[in-house]
Amino acid sequence: MAQAIAFYFIAACILGFAVLVVTTRDTVHSVLFLVLDFLFVAALYVLLGAQFLAAIQVLVYAGGIVVLYLFVVMLVNLKRPPEAHEDPHRRTKLGFGLAAAVLLELGAIAVYGSVNPAAPMPATPAIPVSGNTEQVGWLLYTSYLIPFEIASMLLLVAMIGAIVLAKREL
Amino acid sequence: MIDQVLIPLLKIVIVLNATLVAVTYMVLLERKVIAWAQSRLGPMRVGPYGVLQPIADAIKLMIKEDITPVRADKWVFTAAPIISMVPALIVYAVIPFGPTVSLFGRKVSLYITDINVGLLYIVSVASVGVYGIILAGYSSNSKYPLLASLRASAQLISYEVAVTLTLVSVILMAGSLSMVEIVNAQYNQHVWFVFAQPFAFVLVLIGGLAETNRAPFDLPEAEQELTGGFHTEYSGMRFALFFLAEYANMIVVSSVVTTLFLGGWLPPFPNVGALHLLYYVPSWTWFLIKSFLFLYLFIWIRATLPRYRYDQLMRLGWKVLIPLAILNLVVTGIVKVMLM
Amino acid sequence: METQTVHHGAMFDTNELVINMGPQHPSTHGVLRVVLRLDGEKVVDCDVVIGYLHRGIEKLSENRNWTQIVLLTDRMDYVAAATSNVGYCETVEKLLQLEVPRRARYVRTILCELQRIASHCLWVGTHAMDIGAMTVFLYAFRERELILDLFEEFCGARLTYNSMRIGGLPLDVPPGWAKKVLEFCTIMEAKVGEYEELLTHNRIWLERTKGIGIISGPEATGLGLCGPALRGSGVARDVRKDEPYAAYDEVQFDVVIGTNGDTYDRYLVRMEEFRQSLRIIRQATEGIPEGPIVGKVPRLIKPAAGETYHAIESPKGELGYFIVSDGKSTNPYRFRVRPPSFCNLQGLRRLVRGHLVADVVALIGSIDIVLGEVDR
Repeated sequence: MAQAIAFYFIAACILGFAVLVVTTRDTVHSVLFLVLDFLFVAALYVLLGAQFLAAIQVLVYAGGIVVLYLFVVMLVNLKRPPEAHEDPHRRTKLGFGLAAAVLLELGAIAVYGSVNPAAPMPATPAIPVSGNTEQVGWLLYTSYLIPFEIASMLLLVAMIGAIVLAKREL
Repeated sequence: MIDQVLIPLLKIVIVLNATLVAVTYMVLLERKVIAWAQSRLGPMRVGPYGVLQPIADAIKLMIKEDITPVRADKWVFTAAPIISMVPALIVYAVIPFGPTVSLFGRKVSLYITDINVGLLYIVSVASVGVYGIILAGYSSNSKYPLLASLRASAQLISYEVAVTLTLVSVILMAGSLSMVEIVNAQYNQHVWFVFAQPFAFVLVLIGGLAETNRAPFDLPEAEQELTGGFHTEYSGMRFALFFLAEYANMIVVSSVVTTLFLGGWLPPFPNVGALHLLYYVPSWTWFLIKSFLFLYLFIWIRATLPRYRYDQLMRLGWKVLIPLAILNLVVTGIVKVMLM
Repeated sequence: METQTVHHGAMFDTNELVINMGPQHPSTHGVLRVVLRLDGEKVVDCDVVIGYLHRGIEKLSENRNWTQIVLLTDRMDYVAAATSNVGYCETVEKLLQLEVPRRARYVRTILCELQRIASHCLWVGTHAMDIGAMTVFLYAFRERELILDLFEEFCGARLTYNSMRIGGLPLDVPPGWAKKVLEFCTIMEAKVGEYEELLTHNRIWLERTKGIGIISGPEATGLGLCGPALRGSGVARDVRKDEPYAAYDEVQFDVVIGTNGDTYDRYLVRMEEFRQSLRIIRQATEGIPEGPIVGKVPRLIKPAAGETYHAIESPKGELGYFIVSDGKSTNPYRFRVRPPSFCNLQGLRRLVRGHLVADVVALIGSIDIVLGEVDR
């Protein structure tokens, strides 16, 4: 019961702040709502018993990445979107189109799910370690080794790209 | 009921209040120690030897006019001091002041909670604290605070990387992220990690100074350059909150360093039978003594050293501390595997 | 100030940030205003705005009689008032072609050098404070206090002394004063070492001062820099040696020069000047002759028509007075000061260009200005 209440509260907050992120005029406020959003996502992880993920979520997203966002936004200081003169309805139409597509997809999945009840999850390989952090580590280095490595390669490429962009004369 | 709700609640109340008192007296301690270093007396008027000075300061700050600049971003301006204060306080939830002891026939642990990702929790909560500084600088709508908050964000992000990377090698040693387990590991391995991980100890100390904006890394509030930095436009209690947060963070850093490297609540040489006498001193006393040593060290450093320049600070962070942290991590890993 | 755009490369153009440093700012040493144009934290250019402490001392002097002006000179470099007094009195004596007794010249030398130490104490304290080392500030002020005590005993005042008269001294040194001066020298000798211990080999201090605001000897001369700011660049120009006044031709001392012309060398020059000043004070105090303290000064000072320029080495550099007398009135016809701080401040714009905001305060400290003297 308490879990359910907590979940709905957190979920409502996540959605609410997400809406505020896109509707707020002031860019800095928008970024701040994004931080709150991330914090509540972390709370959701805690609710799921994934403390490690929650801490990482706060550390990496709220504490690291969004600080950089804020950095950029503060320096650029956008008060209004740059191409405000363009046909405003074109964007609205596009937005509605996208929203409808997503809604359709979600609906399809829901209908499909109710028609064909999900097959039992393939048994995850027995994890020989206990503890939240250890389990995440075990899975990353066994079942998901290749995605993990690919992700780290991607990050490396991004890092080198950023350095090259910033240091032209290098 | 008592074990579930009442005792944790009581512990929270005690820790919060003790922290706030400690923080206000930290200010007095700093003023006194620096005064002695500079052949002065420091506060002497309020109470004997100025011991009531923090209370006088608190009253003064509370009744001062709370000014919000006209062109400030009002909501953010109000929120910024709170944002910097809250993370500084909630970190105390996982700091172990002592082991589990029997009190009035009841088993009571001398920490609020022991979560299995304790250290990570501290690091991540601390990383949120930087928002207070950034937003204070931004919302003041003034140039000096803005420059200061740009410095702050860059500084905190860089040093966070260095400190977190260094902490990983301690975690490798302890095999756990839980603060209590890390202390226990030092007991079981018969060594304080300051001897097993001397490099990590120094790196964390330097990084900790930088993360708490203490001298010689106090650039965001460099009075001589940026006229007070990010809190230039603040007054009264809001200004005080920034200060309290800074001192609370100092205490956090010294507590964490104590826990990770100096065996937390353990007495010196915990495994030497001849020194078993030391166990008669309450465990939390050891913790407080060790933390106090670091606080004193921080103040001492402030009284002695000049301030780094922004670019030098970044260079130190990225080109010295981070490579050293990675090296330390690699060596620790190799040694650990070889010993297994 | 001409405008220019900063280019980082086509993609990342940035706007300049104009920052107003002062006139109320903790590190501008008074009411100096520096308008900085920043690219990030880098100073692209700066404008030095002065005049916030202008009291019209030069014009005022043209309406006071010759003796009253001594009092006004106190208010120029108010941390080295005795030096300004001596400079003015010597200029008038030159105009009057007056012989000053040897004893008075010795006391003047002692006072000037004590004043140099006091001024350098204030400089090392504030300079270190600007760079963040606050303990040195308190230490230096502790020793400056001893000098102020000596001055108080000599003339009764602690800041604006009015300690000189045309033709000699207002009154003789009190009994036992010379002994106290020598005692002070012993104390100071040790304390200079203490400051140096905190700064000279401190890694952070080295990083903050080495290579900051480098200026070559010829360029410094061209800009009109003087005093330690010039000697730091390796130019051995010292009025005390080149055109000796008071009793400087009768004492032994070295002119300290630097090599690189950066902030660190200017720092080293002044630190060594502490020691040279102590050396001069010791010699002068031990060799102080007996005799009258005032020369043959007419009751009504009224120099013959003519003009003269006379310079002395103040703690900040060459302090010169240009005085024109019309020979009729009891006040100068034209009174003009060449203040070292003003001339050194000319160099600031050249020095800070290309450095960071944090270096600006270090550089303001390194040229050692007093706004009372800049604005007059």
